[in-house]
Amino acid sequence: MIALIKTLLDKPLPATIVVVALLGVTAWGVAHFPRSIVVFMLFQASIFLLYFARMPRWLKMSLTLGTLGVLMPVLGTINAYYMEIAIQVGIFVALALGLNIVVGLAGLLDLGYVAFFAVGAYSWAIFGSPQANLIFGGDFFPLSPWWFFVFLFVGVGVTAGAGILLGLPVLRLHGDYLALVTLGFGEVIRVLANNLDKPINFTNGPKGITPIGRPPIFFAPALRAVGIEPDPNVIYPLYLYALVLLIVGATVLVNRRLEDSHIGRAWEAIREDQTAAEAMGVPLVRMKLLAFACGASFAGAVGVLFSAKQIFINPESFTFMESIGVLAMIILGGMGSIPGAILGATVVTVLNLQVLKGLSLWFNELRNAGIEIFGYNLANLPTQLEPAKYERMVFGLIIVLMMIFRPQGILPARRRTRELTEPTDP
Amino acid sequence: MATLLEARGVTKKFGGLTALNNVDFELEEGRIASIIGPNGAGKTTFFNVFTGLYVPEEGVVRFRGSTLTGLRPDQITALGVCRTFQNIRLFKNMTAVENVLVGMHARVGSSLWGALSRNQHWTREEAALWARAAELLDIVGLRGRANELARNLPYGDQRRLEIGRALASKPALLLLDEPTAGMTQGEARSLMALLRRLVGDLGLTILLIEHNMRVVMEVSDHVTVLDYGEKIAEGRATEVQKDPRVIEAYLGRRKWTPRAEAGDA
Repeated sequence: MIALIKTLLDKPLPATIVVVALLGVTAWGVAHFPRSIVVFMLFQASIFLLYFARMPRWLKMSLTLGTLGVLMPVLGTINAYYMEIAIQVGIFVALALGLNIVVGLAGLLDLGYVAFFAVGAYSWAIFGSPQANLIFGGDFFPLSPWWFFVFLFVGVGVTAGAGILLGLPVLRLHGDYLALVTLGFGEVIRVLANNLDKPINFTNGPKGITPIGRPPIFFAPALRAVGIEPDPNVIYPLYLYALVLLIVGATVLVNRRLEDSHIGRAWEAIREDQTAAEAMGVPLVRMKLLAFACGASFAGAVGVLFSAKQIFINPESFTFMESIGVLAMIILGGMGSIPGAILGATVVTVLNLQVLKGLSLWFNELRNAGIEIFGYNLANLPTQLEPAKYERMVFGLIIVLMMIFRPQGILPARRRTRELTEPTDP
Repeated sequence: MATLLEARGVTKKFGGLTALNNVDFELEEGRIASIIGPNGAGKTTFFNVFTGLYVPEEGVVRFRGSTLTGLRPDQITALGVCRTFQNIRLFKNMTAVENVLVGMHARVGSSLWGALSRNQHWTREEAALWARAAELLDIVGLRGRANELARNLPYGDQRRLEIGRALASKPALLLLDEPTAGMTQGEARSLMALLRRLVGDLGLTILLIEHNMRVVMEVSDHVTVLDYGEKIAEGRATEVQKDPRVIEAYLGRRKWTPRAEAGDA
């Protein structure tokens, strides 16, 4: 079966037909069975099949854009929950790609990555809500929604700065020691967010900040012109999805360009052998700080978006488990591999949001139905058995199994091979 | 000829062990010189002092008149001193050509912005880097294995790739730590031919640490002998070979005599 799929995907024409057909069928399926998780997952799987199919680059790009940019939003209007999942997947893809630079390329194990996400989220949350009035006094805040776009870049700058601040003291450390310090840093940021409500109220402590401003619907007049009355409840998910897609696109682009340049090569050299890299002329301090700053800045941008999407944030969203979750994504997908990070983020998020929740739902239905099997009434099943409660255990199990059977990840980083040009005769 | 590398009174200690004791050293431009000595004599430590991996407690190292002591390894590489390692330290999970490209890092002019925007300057420089990497792989005879992972290369090729990677930083002085270790006599011979070519064609100066005496005698203009962190002899290969202190360091003493007397004999 797998061999058959492989041969089909290896030739451009059959590959295109197969992929387009699969996308069409599964999309049709999602449209007609909007509540079926399995059908939606098949749809996602066919998007990934697109990545493996061999076809001209322009065709692949336009199919990807068409699927993610048109098909997905259409399905999202049929079942709004799918839009929510797509947005969350996008957020985690951007986070995974950011962490991929630090851990996957530069080999600096960062267990506190979510701290940067928090810094980005809080930077917009404070100024995009009345919270900032408590700090500066007056009645100037919240800033107008237009500032959201400015803050996307402010978030990038602030978190890049935070990345450098974290990087400076830990540059001498590597391996386990670095991991421990970054873990501590992650906790420090969370504890700060929890406690910076006194004496000056910066973060409003565990109660969190709300309401956080959302980006302006600047295209509303255009929509009215074509006769659509913009309903915020419908528009915002689509709008945020589009923004997430843009951010993910930008992160993929930045990731790819850095990876395939002297900077990415220097990072990989540091990962392979730090001493040799330094002896070959790679300035360790500068390149490591750059890795921390670049990785952190992605988290900053999605952090800003996250706070605007949630309207409400509190320190609960930025726990250690989130850092581990993002790390699990890139381990699952394959360290240092961009498609791997994307796949890992998608699989983990869908597993969390859909598979385990779906199983729990099914489990509860089973209980409620109260069917008797072998003289045991299913209604007596203890609620502790609910699959959603085992989220972390399932995670752990997956990672352990991955480490045993496929330590390089699902889509390990492939070395680029390139034809060398003939050396010109002197 | 001008002095390229100069060490004055270099002392390096590890706890109670004095790895280098007040060593003076000079290397003239355009030569192939060797440092020999028994195991643990401080040869590699000396290299690490030259390349900035160790900072000596006392003494100073100068390269073309400017002081190297206290500079970071990457700064020293940028000045034109590059090295290979005794126990091969390639970037194992990168391809051969990528290893060479990393070696060029000190000579890359593009910035972060160049890499992100892929402007004309970056594109042109990147193309030039790849072309030069191809040339360097040609020089060390690894052209056909450019896209192979470094860890999959045979041992001798790994040694030569390390030399190629070191050459990528356009050094004026190349430090090679036991380049023929583990090579067959034939491989060692072709490597020596390569080194002579480098000195002739590229105007390099080469300093070797070597155990293979045949190689040392054949290729080097000048030999320095270290033993227990001290310089015990130096001069032309044929002279050093006859020095009783050198023979003693390698083979042990015939009978117990005070060191000073042995030196005078």
